[in-house]
Amino acid sequence: MKKLKGIKLKHRKNTENCATVDFPIPQKVRIPMSMNMGAACQPLVKVGDQVKVGQKIGDTDVPFSVPVHSGVSGKVTAVSDYRTAMGAVCKIVEIETDGQQTVSEEVRPPEVNDKESFLKAVRESGACGLGGAGFPTHIKLNPKTPIDTLIINGAECEPYITADYREMIECPDDVIGGVKMIKDMLGIKNAKLAIEANKPEAIKNFEEMAKNDDTIDIITLPSVYPQGAEKIIIYNSTGVVVKEGELPADGGVIVINISTVAFLYRYMQDGMPLVKRRITVDGNAVGEPKNVSAVIGTPFREILEFCKTDMDAMIKLIGGGPMMGMSIPDVEMPVVKTSNALLAIKSYDVSKTTSCIRCGRCVRVCPMELVPADIDRAYRIRNIDELKKLNVLLCMNCGSCTYVCPANRKLAETNQLAKALIPRK
Amino acid sequence: MNKLIVSPSPHDENFVKTHSIMLQVIMALMPALGVSIYIFGPRVVPLTAVCVGSCILFEYVCRRLMKRDNTIGDMSAAVTGLLLAMNLPVTAPYWMAVVGSFVAIVIVKQLFGGIGQNFANPAITARIVLMVGFPTINHWIKPLEYDYDAVSSATPLVLAKKGEELPSYLDMFLGKTGGSLGETCALALLLGGLYLAARKIISLAAPLSFIGSLFIFSWIAGDDPLYQILAGGVFLGAFFMATDYATTPITQKGKVVFGLGCGIITFVIRHFGSYPEGVSFSILLMNVLTPYIEELTRNKPFGAKEVQKNEG
Repeated sequence: MKKLKGIKLKHRKNTENCATVDFPIPQKVRIPMSMNMGAACQPLVKVGDQVKVGQKIGDTDVPFSVPVHSGVSGKVTAVSDYRTAMGAVCKIVEIETDGQQTVSEEVRPPEVNDKESFLKAVRESGACGLGGAGFPTHIKLNPKTPIDTLIINGAECEPYITADYREMIECPDDVIGGVKMIKDMLGIKNAKLAIEANKPEAIKNFEEMAKNDDTIDIITLPSVYPQGAEKIIIYNSTGVVVKEGELPADGGVIVINISTVAFLYRYMQDGMPLVKRRITVDGNAVGEPKNVSAVIGTPFREILEFCKTDMDAMIKLIGGGPMMGMSIPDVEMPVVKTSNALLAIKSYDVSKTTSCIRCGRCVRVCPMELVPADIDRAYRIRNIDELKKLNVLLCMNCGSCTYVCPANRKLAETNQLAKALIPRK
Repeated sequence: MNKLIVSPSPHDENFVKTHSIMLQVIMALMPALGVSIYIFGPRVVPLTAVCVGSCILFEYVCRRLMKRDNTIGDMSAAVTGLLLAMNLPVTAPYWMAVVGSFVAIVIVKQLFGGIGQNFANPAITARIVLMVGFPTINHWIKPLEYDYDAVSSATPLVLAKKGEELPSYLDMFLGKTGGSLGETCALALLLGGLYLAARKIISLAAPLSFIGSLFIFSWIAGDDPLYQILAGGVFLGAFFMATDYATTPITQKGKVVFGLGCGIITFVIRHFGSYPEGVSFSILLMNVLTPYIEELTRNKPFGAKEVQKNEG
């Protein structure tokens, strides 16, 4: 088997031993109707409505979407327009909390007896990939081709983030329960729990828990970024190569995030939809790095203050990891379903981009074996044929090329711009 | 509170920058420079200083005249100057060092767009221009005698061409032979090259295939292979010129092909040609072929449907 390229990053998992703390219910939450891949929802509530915990407040008829629920009880004070960190525009529901946290009568364990009812329940749970990309889970679990391996992504390859790791340490039974449940419901023979080597405790635990079950393998992935990328984790745990333009399911594989699995298991027990999530708060402007469990819609500012962040020194805020996370333009933006980390940074290198010296570092690190330096050159002269030949569409924006570039060229960004030039069929 | 910086990912970067890479190369050339001062005497110092100084000056003036950003801070002009010095005989007049710097920086580098854009190695091209344009430059002194006026020695390769007595392997490995400033001591160059490889500044693919193929072809042809790789500019060329970023292929496979080509051309020139030395020409010729090598040795991306090649 080929060894895929990648980079060694400083792990900076400062919060790996920080048990999750519950963030107090804020006075006001703002819940966007678009928090993940897929269509935005339409609000089901209007100003003045009373809402309860777990109540569905947004939905849509588009199948490639997931509904939105409230994590607080209180009164809807506004429904307005909102621009997400991704740049999309959707509605946002503002709720003033009453502190009672009255649970909605909608919240009850779903009735699940076959695959169809299971997938329906998965959609109703509001689940999407909790690792950051936010792919609707009920779509992922309903592929058109037969699946023989379910890969549970526990790589968490980005620096700082420990949200998935804390899930593995704090709720290992939910993880294993969820794996068995998904396997049974979808009729998948094997499951592989793939965890990066920098989490030995989690690996040991799961090996112990799964030692009597030969359908669940624990895979130790090398500590090389980006292990958590879908195509990389599939190759490194099964040897399957997902070809250009194909889905993992075409190779008989599904990859699902480890926290998503544990959440689904809990949902099937208690019926409480996705209204809360664990989020790693770290970065050099944060005084007390923590893992907090916050209600979706909580303003980032309150969480940052809770973690003693130096708000005056902070010059950059990242939602997600430093390699693939999104810049957060405004501290008042809310926690969303895909917020696995919040990094407040007070030092950021803004040195100038200089000429490519063709050192080949980008080629040396690209896990997809692309030549970012050549893509950069072809993009500058808008040579679309050349860009196609260079297979730029395979770039998954892991950021390794930009990271290693000594001339500070924004290669990963260029790749995304170059992809946009290529007409899609 | 500050305005937050919004930028695309990644938000983190490593600390290796262009100027730090160039500094490492300069560091790696220090052993060779030190040995050179020992072998060829005090004149090495001002000669090197003239090369480095005039390269930096030409870079500065050129960028200024072209109304471009000043790039002397990236240290690449200093590296070019140092490499040029390494390629000159100790008796080279200072004005010739300045002419060489002009060729390297102005003609080969800046007129093609500056760092990373030149298609040929500046120092190698300057060496060839001086060698062909001013044949008197091929005036080599005896090592360790520091007599710059009278004694004219020959490089081992010239001796070999004439069929005269050759220095020992050990003398050649340690550099006690005639030649340009930086090329004689294989040991010092090897140390520098291995240092760069250990710091991942260069890949050993091209140097190994260069030296390896020269060794094998010389051996097959009945020449003394060990002698062939120790003589002349092979080590300097292999570790410091055939690993130049801008003028050699970017992929590992391409680097191997590049080194192979250098080895073969060097062998052909030395064995069949009338010139005693072929390293410079081989590297220059391979520089010209680099875009084609890159085209033919393209990586197959992970999961790509097929290898995509240019038609025609």
